[in-house]
Amino acid sequence: MKLELKGITKSFGALIANDHIDLVVESGEIHSLLGENGAGKSTLMNVLYGLYEPTAGEILVDDKTVKFSGPADAMAAGIGMVHQHFMLVPVFTVAENVALGAESTGPGGILNLEETRRKIREISARFGFDVDPDALVEELPVGVQQRVEIIKALVRNAKILILDEPTAVLTPQETDELMDIMRQLKAGGTSIVFISHKLREVKAVSDTITVIRRGKVVGSADPSAATTELASMMVGRSVSLTLDKADAEPGPVTFKVTNLTVMNDAGQRLLDDVTFSVADGEILAVAGVQGNGQTELTEAVLGLHKHVQGSIVLDGNELVGRSVRQVLDAGVGFVPEDRQDDGLVGEFSIAENLVLDLYKKEPYSKFGSMNRAVIAKNAEAKVAEFDVRTQSSQDAADTLSGGNQQKVVLARELARPLKLFIASQPTRGVDVGSIEFLHKRIVAERDAGTPVIIVSTELDEVLELGDRIAVLFAGKLMGIVPGKSSRELLGLMMAGLPADEARAQLDGTVAGTAGTTPAGTAGTTEGERS
Amino acid sequence: MSETQKVKDPTPPVKESQGSQVVREIMSGNAVISVLAVVVALVIGGILIAVTDPRVSTASGYFFADPGATFSAIWSSVSEAYGALWRGATYDPTARTWQGQLGIFETLTFATPLILSGLAVTLAFRAGLFNIGAQGQIILGAAFAGAVGFGMHLPPVIHLLAVILAGAIGGAIWGGIAGFLKAKTGAHEVIVTIMLNYIAISLVLYLLKNQLKDPTSTNPISPQMDANAMFPLLLGPNFRVHAGLIVAILAVIGVGWLLNRSTLGFEYRAIGANPKAARTAGMLVSRGYITVMLISGALAGLAGVAQIAGTEKSLDSEIAGSIGFDAITVALLGRSKPWGTFFAALLFGAFKAGGTSMAVNADVSIDIVAVVQSLIVLFIAAPPLIRSIFRIKAARREGASA
Ligand SMILES: Nc1ncnc2c1ncn2[C@@H]1O[C@H](COP(=O)(O)OP(=O)(O)OP(=O)(O)O)[C@@H](O)[C@H]1O
Ligand SMILES: [Mg+2]
Repeated sequence: MKLELKGITKSFGALIANDHIDLVVESGEIHSLLGENGAGKSTLMNVLYGLYEPTAGEILVDDKTVKFSGPADAMAAGIGMVHQHFMLVPVFTVAENVALGAESTGPGGILNLEETRRKIREISARFGFDVDPDALVEELPVGVQQRVEIIKALVRNAKILILDEPTAVLTPQETDELMDIMRQLKAGGTSIVFISHKLREVKAVSDTITVIRRGKVVGSADPSAATTELASMMVGRSVSLTLDKADAEPGPVTFKVTNLTVMNDAGQRLLDDVTFSVADGEILAVAGVQGNGQTELTEAVLGLHKHVQGSIVLDGNELVGRSVRQVLDAGVGFVPEDRQDDGLVGEFSIAENLVLDLYKKEPYSKFGSMNRAVIAKNAEAKVAEFDVRTQSSQDAADTLSGGNQQKVVLARELARPLKLFIASQPTRGVDVGSIEFLHKRIVAERDAGTPVIIVSTELDEVLELGDRIAVLFAGKLMGIVPGKSSRELLGLMMAGLPADEARAQLDGTVAGTAGTTPAGTAGTTEGERS
Repeated sequence: MSETQKVKDPTPPVKESQGSQVVREIMSGNAVISVLAVVVALVIGGILIAVTDPRVSTASGYFFADPGATFSAIWSSVSEAYGALWRGATYDPTARTWQGQLGIFETLTFATPLILSGLAVTLAFRAGLFNIGAQGQIILGAAFAGAVGFGMHLPPVIHLLAVILAGAIGGAIWGGIAGFLKAKTGAHEVIVTIMLNYIAISLVLYLLKNQLKDPTSTNPISPQMDANAMFPLLLGPNFRVHAGLIVAILAVIGVGWLLNRSTLGFEYRAIGANPKAARTAGMLVSRGYITVMLISGALAGLAGVAQIAGTEKSLDSEIAGSIGFDAITVALLGRSKPWGTFFAALLFGAFKAGGTSMAVNADVSIDIVAVVQSLIVLFIAAPPLIRSIFRIKAARREGASA
């Protein structure tokens, strides 16, 4: 099926999010959209999926003009969309979720799931999805939930699949699997519109790349083009993709975690006897496949977890057992993993979100009364400094594009003098240009003498930022290695090998090239100082 | 609130239960929907008035001979009824007494407890809680106020202040229980407040048969409040409108400040909109639930004070009438904004004041008012209905979160 967008324009008030966009997606092609945060990619896809009515322009499917008044129309026309946040009902099974909204019913309106199950098995088998129709969605890993979304679209006969930043929440392995699935779908004749900020993926999987900047198409690029070329095309200036940070000059150790164990309500150990420390002016990057205790580690520091044993000491003060407020007041800047769930109040203005955990402090408020002028002024400054693309800082945070929401959270948390900065996935969904800026800001925070902990599932980011790298596996610390360790070593540790064993194994396989793991065992010993 | 279309970039997850999201949308829709809901409810009410009017049915008997007669009968029937309603609620030059002419003051009198209890619902809602228990809180507030008002004998001014304080405390206790249970055990406030309504009414009945009973009466009714304990009448003895109205207006201003200007209100709104983010930002969500229900209950308690110290003078089990439930509609119609609640309460006060006049002067059953009020609830609770009637584009939230 061929899809054509002609002169699509979408404005929100005075803001033109899409400005006469022309786009052709040929049948059976993977067409990637590249563009900065706020360039208008998601908006364009929402228009295509019938969520927004375009201000002007038309959509043609197989050369016939179509008009969508809602996603149902788009689905009927063969267009499916997988949102970054899944639209699944967690307590339903896969089959129930897939059937939802297009239930086939037997006599007397009784739900007939058998038909749906059959289709799921069929699609699963055809594309090697490995999805059990009777599994509960909430119990599935993120990558599989995403496949359920894709199945949902395919069951409804989608011939064009829109994937808006599908890889932002996936592990590298899941990403590879998704790319395989995309290729298979393409081979089966499905067209795919793919959005991602990770240029490597875009290059690997696309047939055509269209670059959008500030709502306009600025050109198309060849997937074989150099990454830097793509980056500069979308940002409109040259971007350096590698961060040339100076070596850390670690000061005294002010942040220490000792024998930290975090359990869930059932008594399962999510984080198991972890000990490490971070010095002033040093970045510790925490690597690991999602779900190996990273979230629990950061939440334990902030005081969000109930069952915590061990000790977390900042500047000589014990943090375990303190309230979130007290931890923040002790000088901890915290960027949660999920900006929309934990980092922002969507219906609050950007300005309000920028003081979400500072509102009680002067000058933002005095005697219990908020000072709106100061808050607005603060917002202006932060929006300018972090290049948050918005019409007005009084707009709801909801209206920001994904990457810009992330910038708001970082801008807020880096706004005050910190004793510790701890960020999960700090650049998730952020464009390359902004990543460059945010990384520089994080390094600047380090250079100002703050101990920094970055949790990231992006190996690139871990290697880029980490002065030392800690790897978590199944809640246990596999060791701490120097910042410039090899990907192979980290890969082995992320698969559950303690640092020493991983190193031994690497030395065995690549005998004679031990140089790939510099600094010998210094990492582990360093990691255990406390 | 900005009127721009709101959409989360990747659409929101199905985290919040679908149900509460729907209610959230209903409570925070825009004012246009409110106004249209009232208009449509009045139109349908008008149709009911017309079809039940014998003049209309007589005229429709010869509809084909003289269609005009039917239409003019409909017109005169509806316009007489609503005319009487309007005049009864505002100014009626045809009334026999000059006091009777000024229905506007009756409207204000009826509106006073509605404003206060509507604010109670509004405030709790903004923190994400559905306070269905205004009724019970009003009853408790009135009981506490009464106990001080007829049980103690204090000098002027001081006595009234004591009564106001007691009423606020009574309501706060009743609201606070629900907030406390929500915070500490997760018990859903809707269930708890509904139960507390029943308990309140039984409790007061018990007290009215024992401790608070007027010894000179055989009925379960309390003694009369001291004169010192009563709200002064604002316009002298000819009108019932009393100083409770001033308290109510101050409360509107106060709640407006609290919600929009204070750090406490900032917390409440954050907790209401996204409790997880509020917690991550260091706000104490459970403490927020408790304090907001204390304040909400206190506001409803003040509505109880307005009843007993403003109009009723003594406590009986009917002291709250249906105010506590109308309060929910008022908050709904007011879009859980303080001034919105104020105007919605005025409207409902007008219905009450004008309803009698409509019944008497236009011979239309007073039940029509109840029907119109119920229709308003229906239309507000079903914004898609209003939208489809008026072809308003559903471009806002549901478009995005679909
Ligand atoms: N509902 C809305 N109301 C007002 N402005 C909006 C709305 N939705 C999007 N915008 C604005 O439109 C612009 C484009 O947003 P869009 O979400 O399409 O960006 P994007 O290219 O997907 O960015 P990202 O890579 O960060 O996801 C942004 O400036 C955003 O603030
Ligand atoms: Mg986007």
